[in-house]
Amino acid sequence: MNFQSGVHIKKEWDIVGARQLGRNRAKELGFGTVDQARIATAISELARNIYLYAGTGRVSFEIVEDINKKGLKIVAADEGPGILDISQVMEDGFSTSGGLGAGLPGVKRLMDDFDIDSVQGEGTVITTIKWVR
Amino acid sequence: MRIPILKLHNYLLVSIQIDLDDQTAIQFQEDLLSKIHKSGATGVVIDLTSVDIIDSFIAKVLGDVITMSDLMGAKVVLTGIQPAVAMTLIDLGIHMQDVPTALDLEQGLIKLRQELEE
Repeated sequence: MNFQSGVHIKKEWDIVGARQLGRNRAKELGFGTVDQARIATAISELARNIYLYAGTGRVSFEIVEDINKKGLKIVAADEGPGILDISQVMEDGFSTSGGLGAGLPGVKRLMDDFDIDSVQGEGTVITTIKWVR
Repeated sequence: MRIPILKLHNYLLVSIQIDLDDQTAIQFQEDLLSKIHKSGATGVVIDLTSVDIIDSFIAKVLGDVITMSDLMGAKVVLTGIQPAVAMTLIDLGIHMQDVPTALDLEQGLIKLRQELEE
């Protein structure tokens, strides 16, 4: 069982679509209710960042397997302006959009593995994994 | 999509039973404030029993509508926040410390009555 699926983020409603699909994938994989909520919330934050800062992009889901564990990998990719200062966006409370600034540091705490790759003028790819406990 | 707002004596009751998108959340903010204005309600209960995700945007909209209602003279109590939602909010770093909450609708109404009598 190694599928790949995802949602194109083009309009605001796609944020809801992405987190619903992600929650279903998490449920199928055997995550408990709390982890399903964590995953859905993380997807919501990532999808909203794409919508707000890049306009369009894609959130995709993949099942990953390690020696003795399974997890859900979420990749949020866009071809937007990129992130000027990654350490700044990882600070709690930093926001350029008038939001709470909880997004990316929040996603990092909600998930297990977290990685940002961003090139200015080319786009941002955020890869994050939650492992089934 | 519109979230129904019910009037009961001096209170307004809201039960959110859909997966909130940003637009619906903003619309709700406007609808609630205009309903407070029209009805002269002094207390509002927003029940979140059926809500299984609150992300940073929805948390901000809820926090803002509580402050805005307060400015207009109406107290808001949030009720029924699920365990998974409470845990997720703390992971997100959202503490909602000054927000009045109660376990369920009934407790919410009791809390409102107490706050308004003080």
